Amino acid sequence: MTVVTTPPTPQRNRSLLGGRRVYRPNTKHIPVLATLALLIVMYSIGVYNYDSFGDTQVFLNIFVDNAFLLVVAVGMTFVILTGGIDLSVGAVIALTTTVAATLLTAGWPAGVVLPLVLLIGTVLGLGMGAVIHFFKVEPFIATLAGMFLARGLALLINRNSIPITNDFWTQMAQKRFRFDDGVFISLNVVIAAVVVLIAALVLAWTRFGRNVYAIGGNADSALLMGLPVGRTRIAVYTLSGFCASLGGVLYSFYTSSGYSLHGQGLELDAIAAVVIGGVLLTGGSGYVLGTVLGVLVLGLIQTIITFQGDLNSWWTRIVVGILLFAFIVLQRLVTRKAK
Amino acid sequence: MAEQLKMTGIKKVFPGVVALDDVDFRLLPGEIHALMGENGAGKSTLIKVLTGVYDIDGGDIELAGQKVRFTGPLQAQQAGISTVYQEVNLCPNLSVAENIFIGREPRKFGRIQWSEMRKRAQVSLARLDLDIDVSAQLDSYSLAIQQMVAIARATDVGTTKVLILDEPTSSLDASEVEQLFTIMRRLRDEGVAILFVSHFLDQVYEIADRMTVLRNGRLIGEYRTAELPQMQLVSKMIGKELEALEQIEEHAREATVTERGTPIVDARELGRTGAIAPFDLTIHAGEVVGLAGLLGSGRTELARLLFGADRPDHGALLIDGKPHTVKAPREAMAEGIAFSSENRRTEGIIGELTVRENMILAMQAARGWTRPIPRRKQDELVDRYVKALQIRPADPERLVRDLSGGNQQKVLLARWLITEPRLLIIDEPTRGIDVGAKAEIQRLVAQLADGGMAVLFVSAELEEVLRLSHKIEVLRDRRLVEELENGDDVDADRIMQTIAGGATT
Repeated sequence: MTVVTTPPTPQRNRSLLGGRRVYRPNTKHIPVLATLALLIVMYSIGVYNYDSFGDTQVFLNIFVDNAFLLVVAVGMTFVILTGGIDLSVGAVIALTTTVAATLLTAGWPAGVVLPLVLLIGTVLGLGMGAVIHFFKVEPFIATLAGMFLARGLALLINRNSIPITNDFWTQMAQKRFRFDDGVFISLNVVIAAVVVLIAALVLAWTRFGRNVYAIGGNADSALLMGLPVGRTRIAVYTLSGFCASLGGVLYSFYTSSGYSLHGQGLELDAIAAVVIGGVLLTGGSGYVLGTVLGVLVLGLIQTIITFQGDLNSWWTRIVVGILLFAFIVLQRLVTRKAK
Repeated sequence: MAEQLKMTGIKKVFPGVVALDDVDFRLLPGEIHALMGENGAGKSTLIKVLTGVYDIDGGDIELAGQKVRFTGPLQAQQAGISTVYQEVNLCPNLSVAENIFIGREPRKFGRIQWSEMRKRAQVSLARLDLDIDVSAQLDSYSLAIQQMVAIARATDVGTTKVLILDEPTSSLDASEVEQLFTIMRRLRDEGVAILFVSHFLDQVYEIADRMTVLRNGRLIGEYRTAELPQMQLVSKMIGKELEALEQIEEHAREATVTERGTPIVDARELGRTGAIAPFDLTIHAGEVVGLAGLLGSGRTELARLLFGADRPDHGALLIDGKPHTVKAPREAMAEGIAFSSENRRTEGIIGELTVRENMILAMQAARGWTRPIPRRKQDELVDRYVKALQIRPADPERLVRDLSGGNQQKVLLARWLITEPRLLIIDEPTRGIDVGAKAEIQRLVAQLADGGMAVLFVSAELEEVLRLSHKIEVLRDRRLVEELENGDDVDADRIMQTIAGGATT
């Protein structure tokens, strides 16, 4: 599994005030722990009920199949930590794959196409961030506009699914990292793991990361405390745009195609993963590790439904809906108790 | 002595209002300087100009002889101006240490050094005689401690030349205020220029060396505290003589309730677990009952039970002698009970509506939405109360958020008075408003009681409770500990003793 650092939890001062503090899990960790427990329970149910569910490869395939979602959800984590939301990510994936496939088909070299599509998503994110900050537009509205824009552009370029036959793309798609006992992960997983690691480090150890938490805690205070609120806010949407386009690239590796209808509703999956992972929708609390667990929960539900075989895949949605509801209620309870 | 800070001819204009008009202000190093004025006099604007939140439309700011112009709070902080605001402006979701250092964390190769930061936080809090777990989340501590953390943040930088304290004491109790003053004196002796804003005149007289008075965005003058008697200061602040203030002094004590019929409300062993222990309380018509106690002693909780905003889980409530379960504010309103909340902004006025709309709200709610109040009737009512309460500006169509705090409070009062309640519960009606408006609201309460209305008056200011109430209920630790008939033998000290738990009965 990926190694993720949570922000450093300082060791408790044991002698402080004669042991007045009794150990109990930090309220900030409760949602993450709950998700972890849920994950373990679900996995045990799967292993118990279905043959070969316990194979390592089955577990690794959750990462292989959801690497792009993980990358997108990491970007979304930053946005939600500031108390915002980014609805454009699914459409950015569609735009990225469509542009990449179109240009590759037209014979552009991969070395140009790859940076270009990453730039498109990043600039779109920057634009939305700027609109949100300078014109005081609600993130919901600004990114909704971004979503229509990106999806519309993708549809304008090509309505049909375009297969990608570029050598570099095919190589990347087929690249496997094999381990001793025959199990493997794809390149996508490695990229996603690197993204997760960097994000976790940034959030826990850098000023930018802490400013993200501060803004989510109280943006007005953050401003009065002299923190660069505007710059940070624009940066998180830019980052989310970048993650979305990187997710799009991974998605095009994964499907070897570009299609303007890719990633429909994916923004909601990403938001769901982040929330189930224990990030507070109002901002200011949560960890990248939680997001990883959230993505795993979503992937595991799909896997279980696949193994069950006779269930409609829409059950995934129903279960996700119920979980989302449960976790939002849990967040309410935890934050209320903290007060 | 050379000024640490010198502002000359400061002008700040908002659409339709001149907030600051040619104001001069100076701060000397090593002094505590109070900025005085009523709400809306321009104190907050001046502070925001100084801290870089607002840009100025005219004038000069000189800091230690250098001309400066700030484009944001960050620039002001870097120049050595630190601020502690009335509402704690920190991030509740971060640790204490982070709140002190965020934005200037100790780093190595861009990586925050957490242990170093915690160590330094411990040191800077130790300077304020505070020994707490700096890695705990800020909102796990009381408001008072949070305020101390804010001060630690403001004073931590060794480069602080000017420290601005905007109403820092409004959430502190007496001993915490003392502690804060000790720190302020120490910083003053270290050469920091301190600007102090407070509505508590006693505190200002205790701590300030000099003061500057503003009125209506203009400079009235700069005085040595020792040379300006309190009464004169107040008259400079409100610009008129103070007979009004003095008149109500003796009012309440003279008026004694002679006839006592059935009480309007009679709470018997009423209580709610976790909010307030079971209590007995009767309120008669024409009686002002004061609730005294520290912040968090259960004052508001008691009031909310009577109004049905919270449900009691113990005891009974008799209204006009008949048992009654008040399950919701609507039912209390139907019985003629009105409740004006302490949270003016969040539970009271609706800033986006006009004065008229705000006033009509409660009455309309009582009638139900199917029977709208005719516009002519509205205008008539609103007109009457705008005049009676002297709401300024006297324009019913003005948005409430543009009014000063004191006038907002009056609008809120008017809203409930329009419903002609028999029992008016007012929670902290005078907090954060200026002396003039305070006096008017106190006088109004006295008048209402004379007119036969029962009033439950909740306030943190003992003097005010003493001045107005016939009967004082003292609360401590969410328990009603004593009921005092207000008379010559009752004074602030006596109540303080009861609150502190040292009263002998």
